[in-house]
Formats: sequence, structure tokens, C-alpha cells
Amino acid sequence: MASMRDIKRRKSSITSTQQITKAMKLVSTVKLQKAKTHAEQANPYFNYMFRTVSSMLGKTGSLDHPYLRGGESDRKAVIVITSNRGLAGGYNSNVVKLITQGDLPREQLDIYAVGNKGREGLAHRGYSIVKDLPELIEAPDYDEAAALTREVLGAYSRGEVGEIYLAYTHFKNTVVHEPKLIRLLPVEIDGAEETETDNVLMNYEPNEEEALDLIIPKYVTSMLYGALVEAVASENGARMQAMDSATSNAEEMISDLSLKYNRARQGSITQELTEIIAGASAIS
Amino acid sequence: MADNIFKVEIITPDRVFYTGEATMIEFNTVEGEIGVYANHIPLTTVLAPGIVTITNGDEIKEAAVHAGFAEILGDKVTLLAEIAEWPDEIDEQRAKRARDRAQERLAAKDTDVDLARAEFALRKALVRIEIKQ
Repeated sequence: MASMRDIKRRKSSITSTQQITKAMKLVSTVKLQKAKTHAEQANPYFNYMFRTVSSMLGKTGSLDHPYLRGGESDRKAVIVITSNRGLAGGYNSNVVKLITQGDLPREQLDIYAVGNKGREGLAHRGYSIVKDLPELIEAPDYDEAAALTREVLGAYSRGEVGEIYLAYTHFKNTVVHEPKLIRLLPVEIDGAEETETDNVLMNYEPNEEEALDLIIPKYVTSMLYGALVEAVASENGARMQAMDSATSNAEEMISDLSLKYNRARQGSITQELTEIIAGASAIS
Repeated sequence: MADNIFKVEIITPDRVFYTGEATMIEFNTVEGEIGVYANHIPLTTVLAPGIVTITNGDEIKEAAVHAGFAEILGDKVTLLAEIAEWPDEIDEQRAKRARDRAQERLAAKDTDVDLARAEFALRKALVRIEIKQ
């Protein structure tokens, strides 16, 4: 049986860990609220953007445009959005797993890493990291998202990469976040979705091809920006959950140790008493 | 009268900028300025930096909009703008500084300066200054 002193030391160490996890939980709860509002405010834009682009492509299916055809290169650019800091449960490793266990062959990938954790995880497994942008996830900004889009689209139009993917964590609600891998270019159309504009004959100005030229980069930027704000919300949600369970685990351990401590204390008192009585009876 | 009113939505990445009704809306596209009344033909067009004027009867609202695109349907006009601002949100001094900076860059004609971006910045600044006046 461990001595009283050992148990006491162990208990106080767990108590201080618990204080930290509790504080981290509170911080991420506040951050989550902020990130969630941000994500919700941004939502209408992306939904509308997505709807417009899918209905546009649905109707102009025969169009032979580089953004719809896919490049000739077999290399694929993947934008991976993770966090800079850990202690968020499976948040980062889930995104990394999505890529390492996905169907995309490792040799063909060019990773654009947003967030340190994803970059470390993928670099360790031998993926080629072409760009590292840890600061983008700290405060997602539309202009910076646009700058990254320009760079990736540049590689696409120069024929260096043939496809562009985006890996991020979709924020469904406060407790459910799912890692997602979507193809940005060539644009994927689900087609199944009926929109109100489906039976309208839409005109484009300038002509369809030029409109596509201008709208697709905006579409990619908005998908990227949307993914960034959702990822920030997911990160804080994941951290909040992780810290919540860490706090309650610590609670459990502390109560377990308290019980052990009290038993040890009782044991030592009993032993002392026995010794005193034995000593007393030996004298008389 | 009721036939002449249509819905207007201006959405930016950070918020729903404006929703309301209008009898006419005017804005700037890459092909030139257009004015839209109710029952316009369906049209998708790309926005250029400029002033959006929303007219609803006697009420007129103006806002600066930079980049994005517009979807016009018979009874609804949606502007997806990357940036949209009301006049009172604009800092005129800052816009003027941005204009001067952009002009300098364009005048310098350095090869490492992104000319297209400098020009875009200049146009944004000019629109901001114009709407303030």
C-alpha cells in the first residue's frame, strides 16, 4: 500500500492538472461561442455561392472549361486545415488520418498546410509540404484566403497540379464535428439538389465562359474561407470536449485517491493504537 | 404598385449585409452600370467596384460594393459581395491614403508590384471616396 505522503502528493498534482484543464475548457467555451457566431454569419454567403455555382454548372454541363475538365498533371494539391495547438482530442489526427488512409496516393500529393499540427503529422509520414501557413488559422481573413486561392489556382492553371482538394473539419453543431475531404477543382456537382432557379433560363454577362472564369476563383475562395471559420469553431468545440472529459477524469481520480488516502490514514492510526496498547500491556 | 417591388439581398462573407425590398437597384458590373426593375430577365453578372443604389419608393440607400457577383431573378436580386460597406462605415482619410499609395505603385511601374492588385485597390479607394461625397 502506498504511503499517505505519496497519495497526498499524487492528489495535489492531479488537482493542479484539473485546474488547468478546467481553465482551458472555459477559455475554449468562450472562443467557441465567438467562432460559432462567426461561422453562422458566414454561412448564408457560402450556401448561396454553392447553390449558384452548382445551378450554373448544372445548366452549362456541356461547357469545356479548364476549371471543369481537370488538369493533365496527375499531381493533386491538398489544402489541409488543422490547428496550431494540440490538446483538442482527436481533432488534428482525424484530419491527418483522412489523408493518410484515404484513396489519394502519397507520392502525388502537394500539401498546403494551414495549421502546424497537420503539417507536422503529414511531414512525419513523408508527404511533401509545399506551403506552410500557420497564421491563417489564428484569425481567418477573407483576403488571406483569397491570396492562398490565387496561389493554388496559379499552380492549377500552370498545369502543375491537376486537381485541388480541401481537407477540414466540418462544424455540424457544438458536439458533432466531422472531418471532410472535398474536391474543389474540377468542380464536383452533386446535381441531386433542386434549386428554385432550375427551370429559369439564366443569362450571363459577360458570356458564360468569362463569367465562370471570374466566379470560380471566388467560389474556391469562399469554400476555403468557409472551411477556415468552420475549422476554428470545430477546433474549439473539440478542445472544449476534450478538456471537459479530462476535468471529469481528474475528478474521478481525485475521489478515488481521497478514498485511498483516508483508508491509509485510518490504517496508520489503527496501527499506532495497536502499538501503544501493546506497549502499555507489556509494561504492566 | 405591389408588382413593381422585388426583394434585394446583399450578402458578404462576414454577414448578411442587407435584406429588404426595392423598386429599383443600380450597380456597377464589369460590363458597365446597370439598373434593375422588377421582372428583369434572369441574369448572372460579375460586379465591379462601385456604388449600389437601392431605391424603394422615395427611400434611397447607397452602399459601396467591391467585387463579387449578382444574380438577378424576376422577383429577387442577390448580390454576393466580397466587401460591402455603408457610407458611415468608411474612413475617408484611410481611403485617401489608400488611393495615394495605389497611385504611387501604379506610377512606379515596378515589375515586382502586382499591377492588377494595385489597380483594384485604387478603384476600391475611389469608390469609397466617391460615396462619401
